Amino acid sequence: MPLKLNYQLMKPAELTATLDHMAEEILKANDGRPLVLLGIQRRGVPMARRMAMRMAEKTQTKPQIGTLDINLYRDDLTRVAFQPVVRRTDIPPNIDDRDVVLVDDVLYTGRTIRAALDALCDFGRMRTIQLAVLIDRGHRELPIEANFIGKKITTKDNEVVEVKLTEIDGEDAIYVMEKT
Amino acid sequence: MTRKHLLGIQDLDREEILEILDTAESFQEVSTRPIKKVPTLRGKTIINLFFEASTRTRTSFEIAGKRLSADVVNVSASTSSVSKGETLIDTAKTLDAMAADCVVIRHSSSGAPNTLARLTKASIINAGDGAHEHPTQALLDAFTIRMRKGRLDDLKVAIIGDVAHSRVARSNVHLLTKFGTHVWLCSTPTLMPQGVQHMVCENRHFLHTTNSMDEAVRAADVIMMLRVQFERMNESFFPSIREYFRYFGLSRRRVEQAKPDVIIMHPGPMNRGVEIATDVADGPYSVILDQVAAGVAVRMSILYLLLGG
Repeated sequence: MPLKLNYQLMKPAELTATLDHMAEEILKANDGRPLVLLGIQRRGVPMARRMAMRMAEKTQTKPQIGTLDINLYRDDLTRVAFQPVVRRTDIPPNIDDRDVVLVDDVLYTGRTIRAALDALCDFGRMRTIQLAVLIDRGHRELPIEANFIGKKITTKDNEVVEVKLTEIDGEDAIYVMEKT
Repeated sequence: MTRKHLLGIQDLDREEILEILDTAESFQEVSTRPIKKVPTLRGKTIINLFFEASTRTRTSFEIAGKRLSADVVNVSASTSSVSKGETLIDTAKTLDAMAADCVVIRHSSSGAPNTLARLTKASIINAGDGAHEHPTQALLDAFTIRMRKGRLDDLKVAIIGDVAHSRVARSNVHLLTKFGTHVWLCSTPTLMPQGVQHMVCENRHFLHTTNSMDEAVRAADVIMMLRVQFERMNESFFPSIREYFRYFGLSRRRVEQAKPDVIIMHPGPMNRGVEIATDVADGPYSVILDQVAAGVAVRMSILYLLLGG
């Protein structure tokens, strides 16, 4: 499906500032408790890494980080036309009774987070699971909300929010595209 | 992957093989979890249809299917209607009528999986057919080699032993020559098929044959020993086991002729003291148990790529 650019939502400086701000909010809300940041493949992974760096600057202790691939837990495997590429899951051992923050780029229908919660249940019983997203674009199909939101925007159904991160895409930016 | 069946390595291209191996790397992690299971293939039915004895392949497929939450049913020839004279085709149609999503078949006749693939709606996975192919073994071997050596090209792999009866050798030759690795088949003249060089279509110059074990193992990166398949031998292919071991068995002295970081592989089950010495099989260069562990991840990857999505 061809996409055309609607507008640019964030430039590099704003994106970095937003991630830093989210990192600080997460620290404040968790009151010094050690955290585990779990990035959802793919763009949640570099996000979690960057936020962990920021937290380390602020507190001199680095939170644990991990990665989570949710494709094995999708509810639409038999319905999507393409076959999702299964990437690495790497969860720190013994996350029982820990405070875990799931990190993802865009919160949309909530189905990715549903799958992530199912996946996490297979790794034990965490004390809390919190959710941090860079963009909340609305249109939820499940009763799921984020604890930490970089920016909340209203979008139309035919729009696509594209988060670009240097580690994966070679640039830091957020674009709102439109399906044509 | 757009393919429905996995019948052999010969018709896979390099990209498909790498997709299977890369996906298998992601699946390795599932087997290390406290709860070793993901819901990916929930509601899919996999039938293991084994007409020949097998422990590791059947168990490996069963574990792989169960870790993906599929329902796995085992049928072995000795306890099935096959012993009452049912034909392969009727057995397959019967299983199809029960809405199996995948049939994993091992059969003593080359081409049996291809026949099933034409007649059933299910995905067919070849778990070894006659002396033809054993694709999942070659894929798990490639996975193990890539993990240890970091690459699949520009290596010297010696495949030694009962080449004549070995589907493992054939699948490995197809796979490794596709990637540009030199494969040396080594055996007694009686256990080396005539014209074996002609089995490879592309990259034929990467396949070599020899009757000298010294030549095969010299500076090898990988030594793959094949089981002497006594059950398929109705005549005498060599004078005695002692003599066979002396000329084609892997002893510690032979290992020293290979590269210092050589890895020793065996598809199992091993005949200790026939094709491989016990101290080599259990020694520091042996990756035989790594192969078994890789088997589960590779088969999960194949089941996911054929049945998921």
